[in-house]
Amino acid sequence: MRKYLIKRFFLMFPTLLGVAMLIFFLIRIVPGDVVELRLAGDSNSVSEQTLAEERAKFGLDRPVWEQFITWLWGALRFDFGKSMWTGAPIYEEIKLRFALSLQLAIMATIVAVLLAIPLGIISAIKQDTWIDYTVRIISIAGLATPSFWLGIVFILLMLIIFKWLPPMVYTPFWVNPWQNLLQLIWPALAVGYRYSAVATRMTRSAMLEVLREDYIRTARAKGLVEKLILSRHALKNAMLPVVTVIALEFAFLLGGLVVTEQVFNLNGLGLLFVQAVAHRDYTLVQALVMIVAGFFIVVNFAMDLVYAWLDPRIRFR
Amino acid sequence: MAISPARDVVVSVDEAPSHRWWAGIRDFIRQRPLGAVGAAVVAIMVVVAIFAGVLAPYDPVAVDFAGMLSKPSAQHWLGTDAFGRDVLSRLIYGSRTALFVGFGAALVGSMLGSVLGVGSAYFGGRLDLYLQRLMDIFLSFPLIILALAIVAILGNAIHNVIMAITVPMIPRCALVIRSSALSIREMPYVDAARAAGFGHARIILRHMLPNVMAPFLILMTSFLGQAILLESSLSFLGLGVQEPTAAWGLMLRGAAVEFAEAAPWMAIFPGLAISLAVFAFNLFGDSLRDALDPKLRSL
Repeated sequence: MRKYLIKRFFLMFPTLLGVAMLIFFLIRIVPGDVVELRLAGDSNSVSEQTLAEERAKFGLDRPVWEQFITWLWGALRFDFGKSMWTGAPIYEEIKLRFALSLQLAIMATIVAVLLAIPLGIISAIKQDTWIDYTVRIISIAGLATPSFWLGIVFILLMLIIFKWLPPMVYTPFWVNPWQNLLQLIWPALAVGYRYSAVATRMTRSAMLEVLREDYIRTARAKGLVEKLILSRHALKNAMLPVVTVIALEFAFLLGGLVVTEQVFNLNGLGLLFVQAVAHRDYTLVQALVMIVAGFFIVVNFAMDLVYAWLDPRIRFR
Repeated sequence: MAISPARDVVVSVDEAPSHRWWAGIRDFIRQRPLGAVGAAVVAIMVVVAIFAGVLAPYDPVAVDFAGMLSKPSAQHWLGTDAFGRDVLSRLIYGSRTALFVGFGAALVGSMLGSVLGVGSAYFGGRLDLYLQRLMDIFLSFPLIILALAIVAILGNAIHNVIMAITVPMIPRCALVIRSSALSIREMPYVDAARAAGFGHARIILRHMLPNVMAPFLILMTSFLGQAILLESSLSFLGLGVQEPTAAWGLMLRGAAVEFAEAAPWMAIFPGLAISLAVFAFNLFGDSLRDALDPKLRSL
């Protein structure tokens, strides 16, 4: 097992390097570059010379592989450079939005966990009854409903029923927690519903699998109370795949909020990414992708560690 | 990881006489009513998409400024949008876009993914290792971010949107198919085929691919729903299908949000259409999975 984990640890680096290369070259294939787009707004005719000078400022005139090495060297020291669009350091650009997206992701996770685990368990216990069917329909519907549309419906309902809209200007949590929660609970619910659907299905099937194990039958045979069987014996063993799904979805949530942030007019990482692609802001796109992908890769590895730690059968293999 | 149920299915699809076909469908309806409902909704959608020209009461792109934002009425069952276009007609034509993109992306994605997965498992060794790493790289991108980047590169003509949705699906499919194919590689009939001197291509295409049919079908149905959802997200962001083409995600963009209070029908119905379509595909896919291979639960 240790050998496997060491191997997995070292495999993270080529994957990260691959992600870095892929996004670096992908974004440069996109027609048009940041300099053209930025100067296009200034005046109707920009001389070739100005374009060339501007490009030289960002090092865009040098060979692509040289640009890549320079950028990679910076990225290795967590220095992602400056935004090519605004000129502000990438660190500043992201810091502003990161708190918002992270809070939203955490709130959505809480919504998902609170819904998914009880629903998944009850659905598994009452397999093939109307309760099970209802939960399954709710969770399949959760996978089917676009979260941005759910967001629109929430806004609509608030307008029609309460004649009230959540405040549109973002208030940080530490400034006014109540205001902040009022604002973010709706997008969190919209995203959390889909998220909970994934987790509910996983909880249900993991529970079903565990409930068929021999040790559950043993526990029943020795007359243990059903409640204890479920909480001590079944749930503990069923939680591992559920936690994995929740963790991996969380990692993708940071990037997956793109559409929902648009609906609620929230200036988070997703919106930043869409704008960065539209502006061909190479450095910003690269940094954002590296953060999201890096986070995903690290979470993936961490889950392997957790598996090994929690499940002795894996640890001693 | 044995996938024994797969073989039965392949047999009943390929060689059974036609009356057994019907028996199979009848059993499916009886045992999995939810799945049958899903399949029925999908079938209705396909019919609607094919006969959109006959069924739609109006031209989906005909602008009528006199009848802007009119309420649902006898003339316009689901009302009109900010350009006076009939919402029902746009929904009906939108099913064409959704199904075209959905089937296109799901078919291409799951076929390419299967070939890669089976090839990777069959050849093993270094090729397998490198392919797996490549897949890891693609899997580290959230679906929508990869699709966004590809649309930005290719432009947003409809076939490019399909391509953008296909690319992130390939590694997800290859991963699952590979693990099924790994056990098939050890089967005696693959050895036998090799001993008989068949080429790699023949063994992969004729002997291994048919035996990953179960996970393939399951993946494809689940991709169908996801592709429709992803297309609507991209169109909603303005990066997918472009105006004036009728597409559900596009109908939710812009005016639908601005006028949400005055004309809620504009925002409600397209979203219902998306949800219903994806819901039906998922319902069908779920039952198909239970019937074919309950082990693939995590998809």
